[in-house]
Amino acid sequence: MIKESVLILAARSDIGKAVAHEFASLGHPVQLAARNIETLEVDMSDISLRYSVPVTLHEFDALETETHASFVDALPELPEIAICAVGLMEPQDRTQEDIGAFTRVMRSNFEGPANIMAELANRFETRGSGTLVGISSVAGERGRASNYSYGSAKAGFTAFLSGLRNRMAKRGVHVVTVLPGFVETRMTEGMDLPARLTAQPSEVASGIARAVEKKRNVVYIRPIWRVIMFIIRSIPEFIFKKMSI
Amino acid sequence: MSTIVRSEPNLIARGSGRAYGDSAINPSATVETRHLNRMIRFDPSSGQLVAEAGVQLGDIISAFLPHGWFPLVTPGTRFVSLGGAIAADVHGKNHHNDGSFRNCVDWIDLMRQDGTIKRCSLDEDAELFDYTLGGMGLTGVIVRAAIRLRPVETAWIRQTTISTDNLANCMQVIEGAQNATYSVAWIDCLGQAANLGRALVMLGEHAEVSDLPLDMKAAPLQIKPKKMRSVPVYLPALTLNRYSLSAFNSLYYWIGSRKRGDRIVDWKSYFYPLDSIAGWNKIYGRKGFVQFQCVLPLESSESGLTALLAEIASAGTGSFLSVLKRFGKQSGAFSFPMEGYTLALDFPVNAKVFALLDRLDRITIEHGGRFYLAKDSRMRSETLHASDERIGDFQTMRESREFTAHFRSAQSERLEL
Ligand SMILES: Cc1cc2nc3c(=O)[nH]c(=O)nc-3n(C[C@H](O)[C@H](O)[C@H](O)COP(=O)(O)OP(=O)(O)OC[C@H]3O[C@@H](n4cnc5c(N)ncnc54)[C@H](O)[C@@H]3O)c2cc1C
Repeated sequence: MIKESVLILAARSDIGKAVAHEFASLGHPVQLAARNIETLEVDMSDISLRYSVPVTLHEFDALETETHASFVDALPELPEIAICAVGLMEPQDRTQEDIGAFTRVMRSNFEGPANIMAELANRFETRGSGTLVGISSVAGERGRASNYSYGSAKAGFTAFLSGLRNRMAKRGVHVVTVLPGFVETRMTEGMDLPARLTAQPSEVASGIARAVEKKRNVVYIRPIWRVIMFIIRSIPEFIFKKMSI
Repeated sequence: MSTIVRSEPNLIARGSGRAYGDSAINPSATVETRHLNRMIRFDPSSGQLVAEAGVQLGDIISAFLPHGWFPLVTPGTRFVSLGGAIAADVHGKNHHNDGSFRNCVDWIDLMRQDGTIKRCSLDEDAELFDYTLGGMGLTGVIVRAAIRLRPVETAWIRQTTISTDNLANCMQVIEGAQNATYSVAWIDCLGQAANLGRALVMLGEHAEVSDLPLDMKAAPLQIKPKKMRSVPVYLPALTLNRYSLSAFNSLYYWIGSRKRGDRIVDWKSYFYPLDSIAGWNKIYGRKGFVQFQCVLPLESSESGLTALLAEIASAGTGSFLSVLKRFGKQSGAFSFPMEGYTLALDFPVNAKVFALLDRLDRITIEHGGRFYLAKDSRMRSETLHASDERIGDFQTMRESREFTAHFRSAQSERLEL
């Protein structure tokens, strides 16, 4: 039996790649989308050799929002599942000093991802089926001095996904928001992350596959993050503003 | 990676870290190849697979066994990388027929000290090709390789177990089974006197569809996934002593001999019994264990093995796993196997074991044998140099190509390679 096809946006990212392997290993055909897509040719052959599923490559730039509609039209078939792993982190102080860096962070974590999800959502709605998965971040749950540019963009994306889920719920389309917490990827390379709170990309990938299958709404990859973020959200503002976390 | 290779004064490549000693460690720079793990091309007409060096043998089996392909040669764990299998030129239970891993390698892409990649094969820089297969990473970093897989009809092995009472009997059985595709003997290495070298000889053939019981014929290449067992904690050192080891060995022998005769077993249990027990090494307690593996030339195999086993039996420190295999012809400029018998042992680390190993080294050399670098962690440089007359050529080749300064491991420094 042929399974539903899966579109992966930002297929070069560590999480994107892990997600591609996870779904392909479950027998889904995958469409890999990223910039300079020809550099993923080896991954395409790898995934199709390992799991004997069809794999296709598609040039995609999250920031070129005006191309998103034609990007979707050009796909060999409208996917049943679309997973957006697009994201960019810049050091907070850089985004404070350099408006270019700030804009890049906002556009890469909010505008671009929201736009492509919206584009796909409209078509899924017409078809009356599909699952959209947005990878957001726990950083979006409360702004902190050390990371609020990235965090606020992710907060926007989280709110967007929540609204989209609300709108699509009656249309046969499901929306999953993934809040991975720390993940060991190139984005976090060199950071000193606490091992108990840090997931591997493959863990995120299997969490996503489970969430899609079980039609979850908002998932934390490691359950401990639900507790941590509950506490962080509960701290009264007059105390929070004096803290450095 | 090429930047690292170019800029580090000296380094060594690391695959999956399954070598037992310090072959894949360099304190100044160790190049991780785990992320070079993509399969590139497969040609079903020849069975040739092109893949990056960090791909594990187990991944190749998962991808291709369902289509009827299996590695031509595999070591006792599937968690080795392609690069590691090539660099150690690993052998399997079929060396007597199929030779070592090199026999399935069509070409390799090797990164040299200037960061450029060179393709080597029997036709292109045959010398470098020859020395890299078995060269323990000391000739460069393998980044890609083309290997040939063997076609199989099923994922099952037809295993025949024969129990033997002593070494002579065991060797006789192995010699008589030269036509078997796979053969290996598990020795009860605490058996003494008349029982010295008693063993279970296990022969194996890739089963054909017609060998399978009816219910398995429908999907001959599928096996039901088995649950991983695991050793949860380090067993206290107390549980390992000559009595428990002796009990273990006798029990193993006894259980095995009750399974005498023919059975159909799945490929994992035949080739990789240890892989199904995650963290099996914890059996040895926190201090861990050391491996010893030598090969003895055919003429002196029986006397050499007798001397080795007698030494071990009298030391009483024992070994959980004592594996005896028959090697076929020697091939390759620096590869470990030579025609004869190879004995692999592992010993829990304790006060007496290093002295015992030194005595085993001496016995090996006295019988014209040599040692497997992938299993070594403690040998002395003199021992290695006394055991292998090919070392000089290997060093000359390394020096002439200016590898000596560049590709080094903790092991190569210890052994002055
Ligand atoms: C349970 C168990 C059973 C085993 N059974 C057998 C057996 O039956 N037969 C047998 O022959 N061996 C056996 N071995 C040993 C094992 O096959 C070898 O040590 C093999 O080299 C390990 O591969 P690796 O990828 O883990 O390499 P590592 O341990 O990481 O490295 C081993 C050597 O290969 C070199 N190397 C690794 N990758 C590269 C690369 N890309 N380029 C250049 N050099 C590289 C390293 O520098 C090092 O010298 C066994 C090991 C275990 C743990």
